[in-house]
Amino acid sequence: MPASDELIHLESITKVYGTGDGTVAALQDFSLSVASGESLAVMGPSGSGKSTLMNILGCLDTPTSGRYWFAGQDVSRLNETELAHVRNRRIGFVFQQFQLLPKLSAWRNVELPLLYRNVRDRRSLALQALEQVGLANRVDHRPSQLSGGQQQRVAIARALVTNPDLILADEPTGNLDTASSRDVLAVIRELNEQGRTIIIITHDPEVAPVAKRTVHVRDGRLVEQVAA
Amino acid sequence: MSLLKTIETGLRSLLGHRLRSVLTTLGILFGVAAVIATVGIGQASSDSVTARITSLGTNLLTVTAGSTVSAGVFGGAGSANTLTMSDVQGLQDPQSAPDIAAVAPVSQGRASLILGSANWSTTVSGSTEGWLVTNTRTMGSGTFFNANDVATRTQVIVLGTTTAANLGAGVGDIVLVKQIPFQVIGVLASAGSQGFGNQDDLAVVPFTTAQDELFGGGVQRILLSATSASTIGSAYLEANQILLQTHHITNPSQADFTITTQTQVLSTAQAVTQTLTILLASVAAISLLVGGIGVMNIMLVSVTERTSEIGLRKALGATPLDLFRQFVIEAGMLTALGGLLGVATGLAVGYVVPRAANIAVHITPLPVLVAVGVAVVVGLVFGVYPALRAARLAPIEALRAQ
Ligand SMILES: Nc1ncnc2c1ncn2[C@@H]1O[C@H](COP(=O)(O)OP(=O)(O)OP(=O)(O)O)[C@@H](O)[C@H]1O
Ligand SMILES: [Mg+2]
Repeated sequence: MPASDELIHLESITKVYGTGDGTVAALQDFSLSVASGESLAVMGPSGSGKSTLMNILGCLDTPTSGRYWFAGQDVSRLNETELAHVRNRRIGFVFQQFQLLPKLSAWRNVELPLLYRNVRDRRSLALQALEQVGLANRVDHRPSQLSGGQQQRVAIARALVTNPDLILADEPTGNLDTASSRDVLAVIRELNEQGRTIIIITHDPEVAPVAKRTVHVRDGRLVEQVAA
Repeated sequence: MSLLKTIETGLRSLLGHRLRSVLTTLGILFGVAAVIATVGIGQASSDSVTARITSLGTNLLTVTAGSTVSAGVFGGAGSANTLTMSDVQGLQDPQSAPDIAAVAPVSQGRASLILGSANWSTTVSGSTEGWLVTNTRTMGSGTFFNANDVATRTQVIVLGTTTAANLGAGVGDIVLVKQIPFQVIGVLASAGSQGFGNQDDLAVVPFTTAQDELFGGGVQRILLSATSASTIGSAYLEANQILLQTHHITNPSQADFTITTQTQVLSTAQAVTQTLTILLASVAAISLLVGGIGVMNIMLVSVTERTSEIGLRKALGATPLDLFRQFVIEAGMLTALGGLLGVATGLAVGYVVPRAANIAVHITPLPVLVAVGVAVVVGLVFGVYPALRAARLAPIEALRAQ
């Protein structure tokens, strides 16, 4: 059972892809716990299982076996609709490819997660979030009119507009140049300093130090924990 | 997601693919318009048939020679002409036929009427003084011929208004029919033209005169008028009894004549036009179905194109139900729009066609409502499968697609 200050508690998680002969165990006997307000970097070589871990942590997928407690709730056996509610209320995602809808303006993109719950004043919440990532003067721009770094900051605004317990970022600087990466990482660090739990998945050693703790994944297993 | 927001999102996506949405909508539009227009044309022709038949009066019974296999077939003269003037006399007997008010034998042919330099070809009927009552006509001017005219074979003629106008004839004029002079003694009041056939383009002469001077050939049919609409049944039985007697037939199933009531004719004619309307409407309905398949096709394309958007929306908290509703509503909006524009087009066709092509169209509310309802149902039904595909997409797979 998870301790009371634990936001995330993974217990012997295994994730197997495929059936029959062609099975791949992307995660094996994986246990991890993350306290509320912590910042964690997950590192590992390509194919080690980082994205698989992120999908499970983000309630986008369910483990083959093992238990996952999120904020004290066992989410490892929830159905699709229940998982959707957990994602909507408690988790903000930042993807490597930004995943902004090209036809919507910045603030309309930020508004998206608010559409799936009953919230009033969606525009003012979206504007607040954009201001927090330094894009108050770009609210009506479409993604194509923004630089990569700005697009990723819109995505971060979208992740934090719902005031989630956890922000999950999978290679958030993977598509950015050094200067833009620095901006984005600064925003992420600031969010953590405000008390939000952050998990960054990366294989870039330059990125990991933004988090206070780093864990390494190899062949679907947790290999070491390094305190920063 | 709120319904309003779902509709707004759907609109945005439809407007994002304007040409595609318009083409899909057209499929539904034509289907709905076709249903409305064809049913409208069918309704109009049914109306005109009904009007023409009821204008003859529902009290009317017609005796034709020859037997028919099924009752109620609207036949002309029978194969063998078995009706005679003695049948007519028998039917006029008030003792044995108390419910028959008037009797008129008819023999008919086409002939050219000449007055001065005017020449007009029309249907000329030979009949008796009962013609006016059995046909529920009245005189506009002059008089109809009487029993004495029939008995003495006078050469008099009564014209319909169209015939009179085309000849420039009035009461007192002499017109030539097959070179034989007839004096115009009356012009009928107009009955109006109804759909097929102009009831004001005709001429009537005494039956005997027609037999001797014009076409011969005996009695083609006998028109009977029941005393009222409620006595048609007994009038029918009396006429049948009298004719069996005068024809010396003991087995009624071997009757060599057929008596048809106006209601039988009416229901037969209505059945025919109804069948035609249903046939036309089914063809139109198939085009509506094809339009629905077009909607399904476009929705499937849309789901495939927007896979990564669906994945993102799911990651952000959209439930399977949210996505299902999103796509069903988009499909529904396409068909509802097509349906409404189809109604507008159908009504426009109903307005233009009668003026441009002289084809009557009578649009009633029911087919309009049914067509729109069917269009929307078609859209929803054909939208369900693509929407289910969207709802079932696994978020991680969908996000990966790009
Ligand atoms: N949907 C899937 N079906 C089958 N195998 C999969 C699937 N997704 C991942 N895998 C396998 O699971 C293993 C872990 O994949 P994962 O994507 O988690 O790695 P990763 O650490 O994120 O790699 P990268 O750094 O390249 O993104 C790999 O061997 C991969 O081939
Ligand atoms: Mg990965």
